[in-house]
Amino acid sequence: MNDIGILGAASYVPAARLSRQAIARAHAWANPALSAEARGTRSYGFWDEDSITMAVEAARACLKAAKDVTPERLVFASTTAPFLDRANSAVVAEAAGLGPMIATLDSAGSLRAATSALRDALEGRRRTLLVASDQRPAKPASLQEMRYGDGAAAVLVGEGPVIARYLGGASRVVDLVDHYRTVESRTDYALEERWVRDEGISKIVPAAIRDALAAASLQASDIAMVAAPFAPRLMSPALKAAGLDQVPLADPLFNAIGDTGAPHPILMLCDMLQRAEPGTRILVIGFGQGVDALVFEVTDEVRNRRPAPAVEAWEADDNYLRFLSFRGEIRLDWGMRAERDNRTALSTFFRKRQAVTGFVGGHCTACGMHQFPKSRACVECGAIDTQEDYSFADSVGRIKTFTEDWQAYTPAPPLVYGNVAFAEGGNLLMEITDFQGGISVGQKVRMVFRIKDVDDRRGFRRYFWKAVAMAGEA
Amino acid sequence: MAKGIRDKVAIIGMGCSRFGERWDCGYDDLMVEAYQEAIEDAGIDKSEIDAAWLGVFFDEQNTGKSALPLSMTLRLPNIPVTRVENLCATGTEALRGAVYAVAAGAVDVALAMGVEKLKDTGYSGLPERTKGTFEDLYLPNNTAPGAFAQLAAAYAAKHGVDMGDLKRAMAHVSWKSHQNGSLNPKAHLRSKPTMEQILQAPMIASPLGVYDCCGVSDGAACAIVTTPERARAMGKKYDLVTIKALQLAPSNGVEMSHNSWDGSYTITTPMAARRAYEEAGISDPLEELDLIEVHDCFSITELVVMEDLFLSERGQAWKDVLNGKFDRDGVVPCQIDGGLKCFGHPIGASGLRMVYEIYLQVQGRAGERQLKNPRLGLTHNLGGIPNRNIAAITIVGLMD
Repeated sequence: MNDIGILGAASYVPAARLSRQAIARAHAWANPALSAEARGTRSYGFWDEDSITMAVEAARACLKAAKDVTPERLVFASTTAPFLDRANSAVVAEAAGLGPMIATLDSAGSLRAATSALRDALEGRRRTLLVASDQRPAKPASLQEMRYGDGAAAVLVGEGPVIARYLGGASRVVDLVDHYRTVESRTDYALEERWVRDEGISKIVPAAIRDALAAASLQASDIAMVAAPFAPRLMSPALKAAGLDQVPLADPLFNAIGDTGAPHPILMLCDMLQRAEPGTRILVIGFGQGVDALVFEVTDEVRNRRPAPAVEAWEADDNYLRFLSFRGEIRLDWGMRAERDNRTALSTFFRKRQAVTGFVGGHCTACGMHQFPKSRACVECGAIDTQEDYSFADSVGRIKTFTEDWQAYTPAPPLVYGNVAFAEGGNLLMEITDFQGGISVGQKVRMVFRIKDVDDRRGFRRYFWKAVAMAGEA
Repeated sequence: MAKGIRDKVAIIGMGCSRFGERWDCGYDDLMVEAYQEAIEDAGIDKSEIDAAWLGVFFDEQNTGKSALPLSMTLRLPNIPVTRVENLCATGTEALRGAVYAVAAGAVDVALAMGVEKLKDTGYSGLPERTKGTFEDLYLPNNTAPGAFAQLAAAYAAKHGVDMGDLKRAMAHVSWKSHQNGSLNPKAHLRSKPTMEQILQAPMIASPLGVYDCCGVSDGAACAIVTTPERARAMGKKYDLVTIKALQLAPSNGVEMSHNSWDGSYTITTPMAARRAYEEAGISDPLEELDLIEVHDCFSITELVVMEDLFLSERGQAWKDVLNGKFDRDGVVPCQIDGGLKCFGHPIGASGLRMVYEIYLQVQGRAGERQLKNPRLGLTHNLGGIPNRNIAAITIVGLMD
């Protein structure tokens, strides 16, 4: 049988990093014990990011990493999908330009949402783009607020020139409620960690590891690295029980990013694949009401298609109030402009959704002009109905004009926008996001899929594409 | 071949309300204030008006749609009334309707009224509004200052102008208008801020500070027009003022979708200006125009419009402004009444308010701010934003 495994991998972690010291300082009056965890940073999405937008970024990067491989199936795995009843995977599929023939599935309900879907795709030998993404809410002053981070990771699995061969895996289901979140509670209710370690991780994980090794026809000593979303103090007893106490645990990325939730095992795997040498055997663990254990072997092909490094993080910030505001935990007075009714005319959206979700504009077959939006009459030659679909999602533009607008409403003032001229032709007045100051006319920008507006009244959010400055490109 | 509008229609009466935060007034009070002045100036009876045009922009919020607000407020005798709206060119559009009707010979006397009651919206600046069901899905939620502020970034980049120098030139635009507006009893803002105050004002949309932005006001302005023959027969005591040109150039979307536009100027103003100069028989605008009232919604708009109207060379307006070329004692005095800067911009009223100033000036009726013997003036509106707009130009002067 042909090799099945990972054909491409990529992660997306938002650039913003909040200093844990800033969080601890803000809560010192109420819970001084938090200072014990006040090290490093946690990632957090800009105001216009959510599980869908982060997933789109990871999916796009993964498709690029996998080169010409086209998935037949997309699985979106998350415990924080923005929509309870609207296929989040469908939004991701359309934004990632995967076409209408792709099968889609939303996987949810547990931190194993990603690893279980991954194992399912591998064992079912289906060419699947698995994209996992989470932005977990946490109560202010909770340990979770300190420990969680936002992020997404994607792997494209299937047969072919794999960068990591799937050798086998196993799962166990055990309804251990180490934490939970319900529709009513919104944030996690977490139980005592030592209980989770002693009765949970230490007892549930070793059996699955043994089964996975058996499925892969390997001994414990064949494993070079373990990727598990736990700090060593929680994981070590389980590894010891499974005979893997000599095997190093991969960096859980907690210090800089935090625990991203469902995507975390995949995020760690992506991180390892950036460096792992061919032949390295990696055990990936997912945990949540049971366990998934998957064994991979890195191949020579990894040298050709390593996952791209994640987006460069910004310098850690101390702006805890901004973080709270982005998360909706405090409501600032934004003035009257924030009262604008952002109702979406869904019939218009449906008619124009390729333009809005896929950033599909027009390319005039008569004169060659690219333009957005696609229109009946070409902006250059005026010919009617000569435009074919053309997506600007991967286009590079240059800032032609811009302003930092302090009058306009945005959850992250100032609202920055300007005219962007696309390299292939076409212009669009668009929002410039992830603004950190210092843009100028001529600055190169790339396109990202983000939340455009939130409709509080109807509980809806709409998405569109925005420009972000390209690192190192003036 | 049509010959244009030049000298085919005369203005026989104009009125303008005091502009400002008219908490004491509704749109009806503002219209009556402008109308009473205009009808008295025209010296005719209401029953002599054959048709009317009403310019209102933010209709949903305060004034209401259709012909009715004007017809009912003035208790017009059931004559035809048309409501028009063309963004910030709305007032000029009302005048255009009235003037064209007279020129066509369809009516003898027509009235144009522009009004806007902004201060009941509750906003500082213009109110938020939807762009339409599709555009709301992809265009930024920009404000007016933000849309125009972008001209500055592009202008500085294109012409290699230091942003500090450009800021000073923009500040001079506002400084000059405040100096002018301080003399005008109908202006909303009559203070005279210093260059320092202007330059150090809080930022609204970079690089526009508070003083780079025009005021937000309530106001109305009104014109009554007829044929020059009828006007002459009325034996009026002031010189006859006629329309020399009325031109309109709306965007067709090039600035929005085509990257040939660099964002440092408006495409439409030069188009409207060329046609207007030709219609008015003007070959050298700098020489022939005695005063201008342009759309200074923001200081940078006025600055680039000087080039778009061919009154400054490309890339030179910032220097011309700093050299006082458009000051009261400059080559072409600009915003002699204080402009949008001091009057604010009750959208439907602005175009007619500008024409009102030219009308008074060429007749020598501008009081303390009267220029010396002006004969010909130009008004310019820019409806919309630099990315897509409607340029409207009116040239008004003494009958040849």
